[in-house]
Amino acid sequence: MKFNLFHIIFLILSGLVLLFIIGPLVGMFAATTPNELVETVKDTEVRNSIGLTISISMLTTLFFAVISIPFAWLLARKDFFLKKLILGIIDLPIVIPHTAAGIAILGIISRDSVIGKAADSVGLNFVGHPVGIGLAMAFVSVPFLINAAHDGFKFVPVRLEHAALSLKVSQVRVFFTISLPLAWRNIVSGLVMMFARGMSEFGAVVIVAYHPMTTPVLIYDRFGSFGLKYARPVSVVFISICIIIFILFRLSVNKKKHIGKNKSR
Amino acid sequence: MLELKNIHIKFDDFSLKDFSLKVEKGDYYVILGESGAGKSVILELLSGLIKPNAGKIFFNKEDITNYSIQKRKIGIVFQDYAVFPHLNVFNNIAYPVRKKGFSKQEIKNKVLEKAKKTEILHLLHRKTPELSGGELQRVALARTLMTEPELLLLDEPLSALDVILRDNLRNLLRNLNKEGLTVIHITHDYEEALSLANKIAVINSGKLVQKGKPSDIFNHPKSEFVAAFTGIKNFYKAKYISENEVLTDNKIIIRAQTHKKNCEGYLMIPSGTVIISQNKQESSAVNNFKGKVESIIPSVHGQEILVDAGIKVSVRITNESFMKLELSEGKNIWISFKANSVKFIKKS
Repeated sequence: MKFNLFHIIFLILSGLVLLFIIGPLVGMFAATTPNELVETVKDTEVRNSIGLTISISMLTTLFFAVISIPFAWLLARKDFFLKKLILGIIDLPIVIPHTAAGIAILGIISRDSVIGKAADSVGLNFVGHPVGIGLAMAFVSVPFLINAAHDGFKFVPVRLEHAALSLKVSQVRVFFTISLPLAWRNIVSGLVMMFARGMSEFGAVVIVAYHPMTTPVLIYDRFGSFGLKYARPVSVVFISICIIIFILFRLSVNKKKHIGKNKSR
Repeated sequence: MLELKNIHIKFDDFSLKDFSLKVEKGDYYVILGESGAGKSVILELLSGLIKPNAGKIFFNKEDITNYSIQKRKIGIVFQDYAVFPHLNVFNNIAYPVRKKGFSKQEIKNKVLEKAKKTEILHLLHRKTPELSGGELQRVALARTLMTEPELLLLDEPLSALDVILRDNLRNLLRNLNKEGLTVIHITHDYEEALSLANKIAVINSGKLVQKGKPSDIFNHPKSEFVAAFTGIKNFYKAKYISENEVLTDNKIIIRAQTHKKNCEGYLMIPSGTVIISQNKQESSAVNNFKGKVESIIPSVHGQEILVDAGIKVSVRITNESFMKLELSEGKNIWISFKANSVKFIKKS
């Protein structure tokens, strides 16, 4: 491969962007001693917080998958009035400030709201509750799932669904045996993105629930109370777990892609 | 068995107008038309994918116009096969009978039976993206047959296949029809229609222009469109002059035997009955015209010579004759044909 000046300039620019992403992370890892890491992993508050963050994000992702995937199919298959507006609304949580998103969520789950009052009548208060945290996480992360699933379903030829229907099977079975498996790779990517985005959410979550502390809130709390030195090891542990989960998901998706490639040979 | 009555359907850029068709049990009905003529719309109407704006569809005397696709006893094989890429051949064929209360062995037996019929037993465990067009077509056919349809709809089933595969599949379709399966086959290829159909309907721009037995359509095309589309080359507007003469294309008088007096119609000169010679020859042929070779097109059986003799006449000759006559574009020649080889068709 030959490089001319044009390529070299672009390579330098690319290197700068990569360095900008990797540099701070590497710096943070380098500044944390193994001893600090061991102490942090042993810290029950940190462990509980990471467990809470992962489990809420995972359950939220699963719950919203059940209601979002059919929605994504509808968007991919049907044309209806104001469809473009709805597609725009789906992207709204991505572009608004996340603290503002938190305020919006708080507005619908606080005790003054209809939902809040209904929950209160059965002894539930979503503010400062894992359900509230889940809603805050979902609000900012569900667009990733809907958009990915929407793309996935659009990629599935309608003709295949029609062919399946002509084979005298129900629409439900066609959805679960044709549409869903063929859009699965995109949906898995969407699930991973939603899970990862929800897990790392701070702005919306901190408005809805300071306690119980999710890990991003805990990092902020340690930083505010004790300074950078105490916030850094928690960040390193949490980032490491995020990276491991991300790699595992990537590997599983790539493995499926590999199998797919074999199939098409 | 199947009757479409006065079907109207309108899209933004296409409409099907007052379309009626009757298909009897055991028919092999070919719907012939150019792309965009409305063939696929008819297929989607019959299968239940779309509903007409007006008109009725009857199947075994039952009104199925508003029946869902699942409720119709009609199977469809799509032009692009629509074989499921994530399932292997066995699971594609088994798809219609899964979750229907059959045991594993029963499903296996059914799959084997259809795979044997469509001659794909050896492919059962293959992944579908590995298959050729002909193999995919058979998988799609076997899968549709699993639903035990009373009527089979085929959308351009042979168009994407090479000559050998086409012949094989044609035989398979013929056999299925012989076994009693009613078939509606949609195509733009008149040779395909001739080789399979016992009835043909020709459609153009959403309108049924002619229907009947293949011999009726090909021997008595009712319009220039049908003639051109069915591959008949020498087809002209004609006007009766006398018992022995017809004015052709308002240009030349051709001797023909006709008993249909004082009328207008069409004149057909089968291209295989026209003789080319270097000079005017004395023979029993009463139609002799001087002309010029306009174009020479090689064909499967020799050469197709287009001669301008006042009217354009297409003549089929063998390669041997072509060489002997030393034909070239622009060369002056004579054409001759007998009066009784010319067919005059009264305009309906």
